[in-house]
Amino acid sequence: MTTTTSTTTTPRPAPTGALSPARTTATAARVLRQLLHDPRTIALMLLVPCVMLFLLRYVFDGSPRTFDNIGASLLGIFPLITMFLVTSIATLRERTSGTLERLLAMPLGKGDLIAGYALAFGTLAIIQSALATGLALWFLGLDVTGSPWLLLLVALLDALLGTALGLFVSAFAASEFQAVQFMPAVIFTQLLLCGLFTPRDNMHPALEAISNVLPMSYAVDGMNEVLKHTDMTANFVRDALIVACCALLVLGLGAATLRRRTA
Amino acid sequence: MMNYSSTRSDPPETPDTAAAIRAESLNVVRGPRQVLRDLEFTVPRGQITGLLGPSGCGKTTLMRAIVGTQAKVTGTLDVLGRPAGHPTLRTRIGYVTQAPSVYDDLTIRQNLDYFAAILDPGHTAADRRHENVTRAIADVDLTSHTDALAGNLSGGQRSRVSLAVALLGTPELLVLDEPTVGLDPVLRRDLWNLFHDIAASRGATLLISSHVMDEAERCHRLLLMREGQILADDTPDALRTRTGSETVEAAFLHLVDEAVAAAARAKETTR
Repeated sequence: MTTTTSTTTTPRPAPTGALSPARTTATAARVLRQLLHDPRTIALMLLVPCVMLFLLRYVFDGSPRTFDNIGASLLGIFPLITMFLVTSIATLRERTSGTLERLLAMPLGKGDLIAGYALAFGTLAIIQSALATGLALWFLGLDVTGSPWLLLLVALLDALLGTALGLFVSAFAASEFQAVQFMPAVIFTQLLLCGLFTPRDNMHPALEAISNVLPMSYAVDGMNEVLKHTDMTANFVRDALIVACCALLVLGLGAATLRRRTA
Repeated sequence: MMNYSSTRSDPPETPDTAAAIRAESLNVVRGPRQVLRDLEFTVPRGQITGLLGPSGCGKTTLMRAIVGTQAKVTGTLDVLGRPAGHPTLRTRIGYVTQAPSVYDDLTIRQNLDYFAAILDPGHTAADRRHENVTRAIADVDLTSHTDALAGNLSGGQRSRVSLAVALLGTPELLVLDEPTVGLDPVLRRDLWNLFHDIAASRGATLLISSHVMDEAERCHRLLLMREGQILADDTPDALRTRTGSETVEAAFLHLVDEAVAAAARAKETTR
């Protein structure tokens, strides 16, 4: 089913356009119920980031300072990647199975559907981030100056951004193969430019300019603020706001790709 | 462009005596192809109307236009007194696509619970929803499989789950795209009995597509389609009498031959 632009004069926006909390939570509950029938996926989502952090800790056994830097950044990047993958595949399945068409022929607002997905995967992201942050701070000796709650907050915003990006690209993927290939395209580019490997001001000016408009850069910057400062700095607030706004913007774009009428 | 009236203000709904579906110079374009050409027909309320024709003739496109999921629809198409796709129609129409559209990784009851919560949300409606879901599962004869994962069911069972979703919330119009494909004769008979029961006891209108002509005999009215056009819009009896045929299938073939001959004559005269 394609979602090309159409010339149809669709009736005015549905009265269901406003969020309906009951339908949103019903959708979130449904998404979580689907996952509950798939315990392996849940286990992978929750455990893989922990295993990666554990590996990283001993890869940088000789230089704990490097682990502090990269570890904190990764706490923000893991939820983004996981949620991106899960959401893009889940919404692609929703599109190809015909259930999306069925839902949109029912009195379900697009906002309800998206908020339902964000709520369900956000819950999962909180659990994942709590596990990874707890492991890094108390067992792997990650040295963070600021509050772990702020780390968790950024991780949650990143998860939301991942959900938003996943939802958005799923509209452009005709198959699971394509959806998975969007990960290197959308995520790895940001990963290279976000300042994880080298500070962003050391990059070629052109690349630095690009990295300035990519949301993951601010996710990593925010994590580093928490790493180095005891209290909430103005930079941290700015970074968190930018990530949140990007997530909302992309969610809005994602909503625009859900069309009640398709060709 | 269709539905201009709806962009100004909602017209008062026409009384229930009016047709369930009314189409006038209805056209649908998909890509470079014109799938539906200048359709004009009405579907009466409270009856079963069969939509018949060979595969690829535009049955599904017409159904999608009626439920409001088809893009690039022009002309007039009124459904239950409103322009097709009107938001208020979403709770009043049940639509079953040809491929079952249910969640394979949920049980039958979980599937229906979710769709019921979309149609009739809120805590206060929980008891009513539970009743509705139980009834819908019973309607399609799947009570013994209530807690089975949809993905583990047979093809026929899955399409019945999909049908059960459309039966939730007692819709006034049911649009069913080949609901009996791949089902055994006993089940087909049971489903058709259910369809008649729904029309008679709930006063619902049913539009059912099929490319199996023997199912046509079970409908109150028939729309015969071919290559995006309506060949006939009549009762099965009237069709047989008019064409002097024994069966609806023979009547359909007769009408196709007539249409082909007429097209050939038209070509002849323009030359």
